[in-house]
Amino acid sequence: MIAVLKHELRSYFHSLTAYVFGAFLLAFIGIGSLIYNLQAAVSNFEFVLSFGCLVFVVIVPILTMRVIAEERRQKTDQLLYSLPITTTQVILGKYFALLAVYLVPLAIISLYPLLFSQYGEVYLLTSYGSILAFFIMGAALIALGVFISSLTDNQGFAAGIGIAVILLNYYSVSLSESVSSTAFGSLAALAVLIIVLWFVIRYLTKNEPLAWGICLVLYALIMITAWLDDTRFEGLLPAIMTKLSLFERFYVFVNGVFDMTGIVYYASVIIFFLFLSIQSLEKRRYN
Amino acid sequence: MISVEHLTKCYGDFTAVEDLSFEIGEGHVYGFLGPNGAGKSTTMNIMTGCLSATAGHVRIDGYDIFDEPDKAKKLIGYLPEHPPLYMNETPVEYLTFVGEAKGLRGEELRQQIEKVIAMAGIEHMKHRRISALSKGYKQRVGIAQALLGSPRVIILDEPTVGLDPIQIIEIRDLIKELGQSHTVIFSSHILSEVQAICDQILMIAHGKLVAFDEPKNLEKQLLSSNEIVLVTDAAGDQLDQILSQVGQITAVSVGAAEERRTTAHIKTDCRDIYDLSRAIFLAFAKSDHVILEMSLKKGNLEDVFIELTEAASDGIAPGESDDAGEAGESEVGKA
Repeated sequence: MIAVLKHELRSYFHSLTAYVFGAFLLAFIGIGSLIYNLQAAVSNFEFVLSFGCLVFVVIVPILTMRVIAEERRQKTDQLLYSLPITTTQVILGKYFALLAVYLVPLAIISLYPLLFSQYGEVYLLTSYGSILAFFIMGAALIALGVFISSLTDNQGFAAGIGIAVILLNYYSVSLSESVSSTAFGSLAALAVLIIVLWFVIRYLTKNEPLAWGICLVLYALIMITAWLDDTRFEGLLPAIMTKLSLFERFYVFVNGVFDMTGIVYYASVIIFFLFLSIQSLEKRRYN
Repeated sequence: MISVEHLTKCYGDFTAVEDLSFEIGEGHVYGFLGPNGAGKSTTMNIMTGCLSATAGHVRIDGYDIFDEPDKAKKLIGYLPEHPPLYMNETPVEYLTFVGEAKGLRGEELRQQIEKVIAMAGIEHMKHRRISALSKGYKQRVGIAQALLGSPRVIILDEPTVGLDPIQIIEIRDLIKELGQSHTVIFSSHILSEVQAICDQILMIAHGKLVAFDEPKNLEKQLLSSNEIVLVTDAAGDQLDQILSQVGQITAVSVGAAEERRTTAHIKTDCRDIYDLSRAIFLAFAKSDHVILEMSLKKGNLEDVFIELTEAASDGIAPGESDDAGEAGESEVGKA
């Protein structure tokens, strides 16, 4: 794992990736603190972070797009399979390298509240609480990006899908206000989601009966639940969309609450997507 | 050293490797020969743990590649068909990564890198970016990678493809040299290459092992295509008469008679072609005709290869069919 980590770090800092990522993040946060802290003279640094998290939509996919897709394109993934290291070590090594790249600009950013506190009163506790949450949210998005990169051998495709998914996640709360909250609307949305799931399972496993099996079981479950009590589905769709939003959890921290459930939520997202990435890499051995 | 037992690999409905079993001992150079698409790369990928098998086992020095990949992979150095290189690194950076992943550290790592760079002959290129190197040097960097950590088994998948003749000779020499201290397995679809440097040849066709022997034994195994080309002053019917006194001839085809010469192609299934040529000579001597020219065409490895691979494609065990040669012509083209 250390070998992969060192190798990835060297490649990030030898290429532009790490610098572009850092520059974008610093520029965006810099503009934010210029507007909020300097011009509007607000003493809450966390507002800057909540403004700045939009930048993740672009920079996370750019950072993660090549992480596995490029290995596939160059056929270096074969080297990784033949070396005496496990796929778990490969994914973890790559992930920690990405976190290190992410931590460099974040370390600079975390000096800002201290700097501002020299010239006025800054709520350091909420500032640093939010920076920590900002870090973990970014880490969760990076894990998602790693997984998306592991699905394809085309960097551009990985970046495009990554931007689309994170953007959708960013706006899912605003979208949830305009979607139908009736039971029928939720049922219809679930039905569509299951069809999407069918395609995903078929793509990942190349096993049609399995995809049909899982989807039919899910349909049956929904039908039975709806038949027993269809009020359960009222407002389900907007609720799910709000719950899935990584950004919505972050605003809780911005409002000054250090929410442990949020931390646990992000940690589960990280573990979930890293697990999927390992499976995705392992799957290549079987097709 | 390596034992492969009943290895099968299916891609959906397509069976790439079917019930393949063989044992490879310590030392020597083993050639893995087969037409394109025979399952060479698939077998090598499975042996090195890059690919899973549908059924069967691969053991490297007793360690199962699927159950104890860590221990088994440490014994293998592998160069896949496309050298897996990070294009924007230098050979030294690249080898450092591979060495660390193989568990080498510090001084040992540095020495190993020096050693493999010298063995692969890339000293002058070691600080250039890999993307700027020629194909031959890229191949050498790939080989250097496989040699790192001096694994006991070195597996090279078509290491000479796409190289110029001088580079090919250099790589072959390197393989021969490695064969003295390591077990080397390399695949190729070029016969002369395998013939030149291998101690043992594994022939594979349509996912099955069709032969596993020393090159010279494989040539001996060939029965049907020994041929004698004869130029004589005897006319067609005289020639027939003379040859009818000689046994062991399976077919004679007489070419167009020129002014004073007739050319005849004589096929035989006799094991020792010199016996036959002697008999023909004596028969001519008795009949007052002279042999102007006689050349013996011994069956070579190429013929064995074609015969065996075609027999496999027809689903007949090698050596059982005489006319497999004609029957499977189109199959080779397809493969």
